[in-house]
Amino acid sequence: MLFKCWDKVSTYGFKLHHHYYQLIGSKRVSKSWWRKLLLSWLIGWTVVSFWIFCYMSSQATEKRKETLASMCDERARMLQDQFNVSMNHIQAMSILISTFHHGKNPSAIDQTTFARYTERTSFERPLTSGVAYAVRVLHSEREQFEKHQGWTIKRMDTLERNPVHKDDYNPDLLEPSPIQEEYVPVIFAQDIISHVISIDLLSGKEDRENVLRARKSGKGVLTAPFRLLKTNRLGVILTFAVYKRGLPSNATPNERIQATDGYLGGVFDVESLVEKLLQQLASKQTILVNVLDTTNQSHPISMYGSNASDDGLELVSHLNFGDPFRKHEMRCRFKQKPPWPWLAITTSIGILVIALLVGHIFHATVNRIAKVEDDCHKMMELKKQAEAADVAKSQFLATVSHEIRTPMNGVLGMLHMLMDTDLDVTQLDYVRTAQASGKALVALINEVLDRAKIESGKLELEEVQFDLRAVLDDVLSLFSGKSQDKGVELAVYISDRVPEMVIGDPGRFRQIITNLMGNSIKFTEKGHVHVTVHLVEEVIDMIEVETESSPKNTLSGFPVADRRQSWKGFRSFSQEGSIHPFSDSIRLIVSVEDTGEGIPIEAQSRVFTPFMQVDPSISRTHGGTGIGLSISKCLVNLMKGEIGFVSMPKIGSTFTFTAVFSSSSSSSKEYKSQQINNQANSVCSEFRGMRALVVDPRPVRAKVSRYHIQRLGIHVEVVSNWKQGLSVISQGSNVTHMVLMEQEIWDRDLHGSSLFINNLEKIDHSTPPKVFLLSNSISSSRVNPSTSGVCNLTVIPKPLRTSMLAASLQRAMGDGNKGNPRNGELPSLSLRNLLLGRKILIVDDNNVNLKVAAGALKKYGADVVSASRGMEAIELLTPPHQFDACFMDIQMPEMDGFEATRRIRDSEQNINNHIHFGELSVETYNNVLNWHASDQIPLERTSAYDMPMASIRPPLLWHALRHFNKLHFFPRVNIFL
Amino acid sequence: MDLVQLQRQLVDYRTSLYHEGFLDEQFTQLQELQDENNPDFVVEVVSLYFEDSERLLNELSKALEQQIIDFKRIDAHVHQLKGSSSSIGAQRVQKLCIVFRNYCEAQNVEGCLKCLQQVKHEYSIVKTKLESMFQLERQILNAGGSVPV
Repeated sequence: MLFKCWDKVSTYGFKLHHHYYQLIGSKRVSKSWWRKLLLSWLIGWTVVSFWIFCYMSSQATEKRKETLASMCDERARMLQDQFNVSMNHIQAMSILISTFHHGKNPSAIDQTTFARYTERTSFERPLTSGVAYAVRVLHSEREQFEKHQGWTIKRMDTLERNPVHKDDYNPDLLEPSPIQEEYVPVIFAQDIISHVISIDLLSGKEDRENVLRARKSGKGVLTAPFRLLKTNRLGVILTFAVYKRGLPSNATPNERIQATDGYLGGVFDVESLVEKLLQQLASKQTILVNVLDTTNQSHPISMYGSNASDDGLELVSHLNFGDPFRKHEMRCRFKQKPPWPWLAITTSIGILVIALLVGHIFHATVNRIAKVEDDCHKMMELKKQAEAADVAKSQFLATVSHEIRTPMNGVLGMLHMLMDTDLDVTQLDYVRTAQASGKALVALINEVLDRAKIESGKLELEEVQFDLRAVLDDVLSLFSGKSQDKGVELAVYISDRVPEMVIGDPGRFRQIITNLMGNSIKFTEKGHVHVTVHLVEEVIDMIEVETESSPKNTLSGFPVADRRQSWKGFRSFSQEGSIHPFSDSIRLIVSVEDTGEGIPIEAQSRVFTPFMQVDPSISRTHGGTGIGLSISKCLVNLMKGEIGFVSMPKIGSTFTFTAVFSSSSSSSKEYKSQQINNQANSVCSEFRGMRALVVDPRPVRAKVSRYHIQRLGIHVEVVSNWKQGLSVISQGSNVTHMVLMEQEIWDRDLHGSSLFINNLEKIDHSTPPKVFLLSNSISSSRVNPSTSGVCNLTVIPKPLRTSMLAASLQRAMGDGNKGNPRNGELPSLSLRNLLLGRKILIVDDNNVNLKVAAGALKKYGADVVSASRGMEAIELLTPPHQFDACFMDIQMPEMDGFEATRRIRDSEQNINNHIHFGELSVETYNNVLNWHASDQIPLERTSAYDMPMASIRPPLLWHALRHFNKLHFFPRVNIFL
Repeated sequence: MDLVQLQRQLVDYRTSLYHEGFLDEQFTQLQELQDENNPDFVVEVVSLYFEDSERLLNELSKALEQQIIDFKRIDAHVHQLKGSSSSIGAQRVQKLCIVFRNYCEAQNVEGCLKCLQQVKHEYSIVKTKLESMFQLERQILNAGGSVPV
């Protein structure tokens, strides 16, 4: 049953695994090997358990046999001993008879004496039931003998033929013995067997043989067992010959026969005797004893015991009753059949069961392992597929976004140009809307592209030296319009300990900050958005020092969420010491704090999950896709930083992130950055050494103002009210050049303010300090009549930016005419930065185009060299050369732009590229504008978008050239103009 | 004439040029490129354009008179003309050049000849217009005023 089940299970399992191993062919070998092992295990243990069974049962049988043998031997020996005792006694009696009967004349013994004697000594012969003595009578002596005795000799054989019952027995009925040569009549007998007196022993068959053998051998001789007269029980007769005196011990049989006087016989009632014997011994009931006469081997005569034949265990012990002619043996058997060998059975079955169980466990384990492996393989396969799908998705996204972005830029450019044409109000509105939508779309595409790039692992951070403060100024100017519209105060503060220049990816850094600030402004209706940049170490020190800051001590006076909560989980704070070894790494911590509506607590957990917004209505009211924060998180991770936030509904949120940059070391890179910044430096130098006074009661805000003013090289002092300010100006030994005051103070106390200004003029100084009003929104200050009423008062709109501040100060300080504030200032300024001092080659066969392009580039300070043929360009651009860039017409006679570009690239390849400063970027332009943001697309595949030669327009030129900005040396970007 | 009036006239005239489609955005760009460092930039470029265009138009006339007309060469010339026209913003000429090139591609001699005539016509108009504009500007400058942007 068990085996059947087992077989079923294993065949089922095999079927299962068959499929599995078809998949994984290499494992089939091991599988079959396992199966063989299992099978051999089972067979082995079956054999072992069977062997144990056999061994144990044989042990039991052996033990039983031994027990039986010892019991049997014990009985046999006792029987034999007792028999021998009896026999010896009878022998002794024979000597008695020979002495007192034959040796005395007249005999000293008669029947009565004999009977009494034997009766009294019968305890000596426990095995005999009776003793008798018969004499040898020759036929010649018969008559005299019969007379002497008074009875005739009787024969026995008739008696043997007709056995009589005990009670009927009457010796007088016996026939007298026929005439024989010799008679052996019984003369003495014990009382028990007195009936045998006068019976001729030679007439009985058994007795005759006995008598004859006894006299021949001179030893005790036994008859075969026979039914005794009268008692009819089984018995044997022991016969001793009584010889005449003086017979030598080595006499021949014949001499013995001649010397025989008579015969002494003892009747042994074997049956009762053995019975008696067995009763004396313990465990009579456990074994059966048979005593047999085995003189005739083929026909053993049973002397005792039932004859029930049993093929069970039987043990034979030989008995020696002193008669060499007769052989006897005792056969012993157990009464009960041998019990079942339960111990052996249970042990072996137990072992087998254990082995089966172990086998089952083994099998199940192998199956399980196989199944798990199979599953694991499937999972791996699925995982690979999923990953491949994910990568494919990201790649697809990246490709598609890129492909969308390219024409979108064309669309945007065209829209920009369309706006500059003559349009009526409605048209202009349409175009603006279209452009805004287009920009939004491009922004979204850029975000998706970023996300996809991050996911596909393609995004790599740049390692560029950049000015952190400039980046933040940029971002600030980006949001200044929005914050002014909303009336939200926007401020940036960068700690003095943050170095001017760091090495990292400015674009991505800017992206993170833009995203966080954008979010903050989006959700903030009143109050402020405050960006602070510190070193991590500085903040850690601050935590230790700073006590509970009052909620009022914020930029706009609105309470904010405690920003320290936002970096609670940052690892870099807890293991501060371990990160320190990187001595040239700069760890910045940037916090963006707002007083907006905050993030609901239930939505806080999924803030960084892509496309998750607080709730769907958000995207309706505020727009956006919800991808920005997840990108920021990825970017922060790429910068080896962490991002976190704290948000309290109705109070505001503070997002904090850390980023690791490396400090700029003196290298060739420095040259470039200086070149780019020298303009800002020149602005700064104008104000260097001047002194300014900031009147602001709110320390946080004053700190921001001071930060910005100090960047211009101006020494700043902060006071909290007019009076202090006045005393500082009048008492200070140094001249105060300017006073900057918060609009809050101005509005609060108009009278005091104007008094202050009047007082300023009264102080005896060569030139009274200029007074500036730091205003949150331009419109409100314009409306305010008091401001416009006072002369010598310039409004500086917030958010404060260094460039803005510088321009305002410049204008107000009297040398403001240098500036040329026009729309598109930023691109042209940047272009100027970009192109100033660059040596650029333009190649075109069209003189007019050449002139125009040269004019355009020269306007931004570039050093332009013109060439009209492709060959010329190749000659000029054979390394080593001094050019930073080359713009080339695509369509030219003799050699077109592509061909020329290819040749120039070839020549670069032949020569070590790094031989000369500046790798060359060959730009090609045509009447068409066609630029690519990516340098991965080979030249030949570029397609042109038809655009008039408006490419000299700053925005487009800026777009085309902005890639220069990212890399220090002009890279090999394929920008087609 | 009053300086202000002159300036107004110039602005009006320029506006009309834009309105009538003789000039386009590109010309504005060109003007923006002109600054203190390069005060005669526009005039220089435009004179260069005149020279170049006249040379090209002559070439074209010659080429079209040939027995076997080399359309490839004509196309190259027209391309040049188109390029320079678009560079200074003479958009009518530029647009005609596009039509011209189409004929050229189709190897349509009659169309080409017709186009050449039209291009010459348009070119002469634009030339006159520009020259009179420069005249006005010069007058303003001579009168001590600045050319309004």
